[in-house]
Amino acid sequence: MAAAPESADSSKGGSLIGWIDQRFPLTKLWKEQVSEYYAPKNFNFWYYFGSLAMLILVNQLVTGIFLTMNYKPSSAEAFSSVEYIMRDVDWGWLIRYLHSTGASAFFIVVYLHMFRALLYGSHRKPRELLWIFGCLIFLVLMAEGFMGYVLPWGNMSYWGAQVIVSLFGSIPVIGQSLVEWIRGDYYIADATLNRFFALHVAALPLALIFLVIAHLMALHEVGSNNPDGIEIKKYKDAEGHPLDGIPFHPYYTVKDLLGVAGFLLVFCGVIFFAPTFGGLFLESPNFEPANALQTPPHIAPVWYFTPFYAMLRAVPSFAGTQVWGVLVMGASIVVLFFVPWLDRSPVLSIRYRGPIYKVMLTIFVLSFIALGICGLKPPSGIYPTLAKVCTVLYFAFFLLMPWYTKFDSVKPVPERVTGHA
Amino acid sequence: MLKSWVLIATGLLFAGMAAAEEGGIALLESGTDIKNIESLQRGARNFMNYCSGCHSLKYLRYNRLAADLNIPEAELPGKLMFTSDKAFDTINSAMPKDSETWFGKQPPDLSLMARERGVDYLYSYMKGFYVDKTRPWGVNNLYLPSAAMPHVLQELQGLQKPVFKNEPDDHGSARMVLVGVEAMTPGALKPEEYDQFVRDLVNFLDYAGEPVKGKRQSMGVFVTLFLLVFFVFAYLLKKEYWKDVH
Repeated sequence: MAAAPESADSSKGGSLIGWIDQRFPLTKLWKEQVSEYYAPKNFNFWYYFGSLAMLILVNQLVTGIFLTMNYKPSSAEAFSSVEYIMRDVDWGWLIRYLHSTGASAFFIVVYLHMFRALLYGSHRKPRELLWIFGCLIFLVLMAEGFMGYVLPWGNMSYWGAQVIVSLFGSIPVIGQSLVEWIRGDYYIADATLNRFFALHVAALPLALIFLVIAHLMALHEVGSNNPDGIEIKKYKDAEGHPLDGIPFHPYYTVKDLLGVAGFLLVFCGVIFFAPTFGGLFLESPNFEPANALQTPPHIAPVWYFTPFYAMLRAVPSFAGTQVWGVLVMGASIVVLFFVPWLDRSPVLSIRYRGPIYKVMLTIFVLSFIALGICGLKPPSGIYPTLAKVCTVLYFAFFLLMPWYTKFDSVKPVPERVTGHA
Repeated sequence: MLKSWVLIATGLLFAGMAAAEEGGIALLESGTDIKNIESLQRGARNFMNYCSGCHSLKYLRYNRLAADLNIPEAELPGKLMFTSDKAFDTINSAMPKDSETWFGKQPPDLSLMARERGVDYLYSYMKGFYVDKTRPWGVNNLYLPSAAMPHVLQELQGLQKPVFKNEPDDHGSARMVLVGVEAMTPGALKPEEYDQFVRDLVNFLDYAGEPVKGKRQSMGVFVTLFLLVFFVFAYLLKKEYWKDVH
C-alpha cells in the first residue's frame, strides 16, 4: 500500500484530530493555550493557587449539580432536603461536604492567590485588566457564597441573610423599597429563597465561568508574571521562545498536579475528619431550621465575609444614618480595583522593594486576619476598638500606597529570572 | 528576619485574643466515642426508654439505626420500636400537637441537637438538673437556666442541690452566684453508672446527628493514605520532568 504523502502539518492528516482541526482549531488552541504557552520557569509556592482555584470551581460545579438533584428550594422543605441528602442519598453526605468545604477552600485559595499578586506586583502594567477580571471574580464569588449559604435554610442562614440584606435599607430614600425588591417579600421568606437559588445555581455560576475565561485569556495574552517581577519575553531564543520560559505543558501541568495532591490531602482531611471545621465552615446554629421568631445567640456571617463585616460594624452611625458602614464595606472591595494604579513603585516584586512596602504589606495582612476574627466575635471587649484600628490600617495600605511605594528604596532588578523551585 | 517578626506579631495577636475570651460555667467533658457500637446500642435503648415519649428523631429511620448499630431488624419491635411504626419510618414521638400547653414549648426534635449544641453540652445538661422550687417541674438546669424540661432521669440520678458562692458586685453588695451542683438524694444508679448512662445517650445523639460520622472517619484514613501515595508519585513525576529545566 502506497503511503500517503505527509502533509506539511502532520496534525492535518487522516486522523480524527486532523478531521476536527480542519473544522475547529483544536490543536491550535491546545498549542497556544497549553503546550506552547511559555510560562516563567521560576514559579514558587504562591503560584499553585490559580490552578487550585480552577480545581475548586470544577468541584463546586459538579457537586452543585448533584446537590441540585435532591435539594428543594422552598422554605418548607429546604432544611429537610439537606438532611435527606446527608442521610438518604447515596454518598450525599460526601457530595454535600465537598461542596460546603469547597466554598471555604475557594475563599482561602483566592485570598492566597490575591496575596501573591500583592507580593510580586502581578497586577501592574500590562496586567491591569487581568487583575480587574480577578477582582470581578472575587465579587461574584462573594455573592455566590452569600446566596449559597442561605440555601440550607438553617437559622444562621436565615438571620445572616436578614442582616446582610437589611444593609441595603440604610441607603437614603430608596433603601427600604430596594430591600423589599431584593427579598421579594416583607421579610426573608420563600420568595427570597427561590430567587437566591436561581441566582446561585444559574446566573452567578455562568458569570463566574465567563469571568474565569476572560481572566485566563487576559493572562495568556500578556503572559504570566513571576516572583522576580521581570518580563521574560525580553530575551528569546532563535525560535522566538523566552529563554526563561518553559511550556506550560508538561512542566506546569505536572507541577500543578503535585499542588493538587498537596491540596487534596488538606481538603480531604477537613472533609473526612472535621467537615464543620469547629463551627467555622458549617456553623452550629445552622443545624437548627430557620426560625423567624428566634435569632441565634450571636449572628455572624461565615468566616470568609467576617473581615468586611467587621469593617461595617467598626464605623459608627453618623448624622442619623448607618449608611457610612455600608459605604466603607463597599469601598474596601472597590479599592482593590485601583491597586494597579495606586502602586507607583518602579519595581514589581517584593524581592526588590524596600522595607516600607514589606512592613505595610505585613501590617495589611495582620489587620485583615484580625478583622476576620473581630467579625466572628460579638462586638464587646477589645474587639470594637481593634476593628476600628484595623479598618484604618486596611485602608491606609491602599490609600497611602501612591506615596510610600514611590519613596520606598528599591534594589537593582536582575535581567534574567533567578533560579527555579 | 522580617518573617520571624511577622510570626511573633501574629502569635501575640492571637494570644491576646484568646485571653480576651470570656468564660461561663465550664462544660463537662462527655468522653463519647462514636465508634463504640455497644455504647451506641445502650444509648439507643436509653433514648427509646426515657426520651422518645416526648422527643422525636425525625430524620433518623429505624432500619438505618438497626443497620448501623448491628441490630437485627426483626428485633426492633418491642425492643426499640414501641409504636406501630414500620422499620423504614423515621423516629417520631408520641407527643400530641398541643404539647406546648404541657411544658410551655414543644419538646424539640433531637435529630441534630448534638450538631447544634455539641456532645459536651448535652452531657453537661443531663447532669445539670438541680432542685429549684420556683420552677414548674421543681428543677432548674445549671447549663440552661429556666429550662422547660423536667428531670426525666431523676429516678436514676437522684436529686442535686445548687451550690452558691458569694461574689460581691461592683458596688460591694453581697451577691449569690450559682457556681455548681452537688448530690442531695441518691438515685437508682451509682454516680459512675449514671455518667455512663448519659454518655451512652449523648453518644447515640451524636450518631443520630450524623449517622455516617463513624464511617466517614474510618474512610478518611484510607483516603489520606491513598493521597499520600499519590503525592509521592506526583512528586517523582514532577522531578523527572523538571530535571532538564535549568
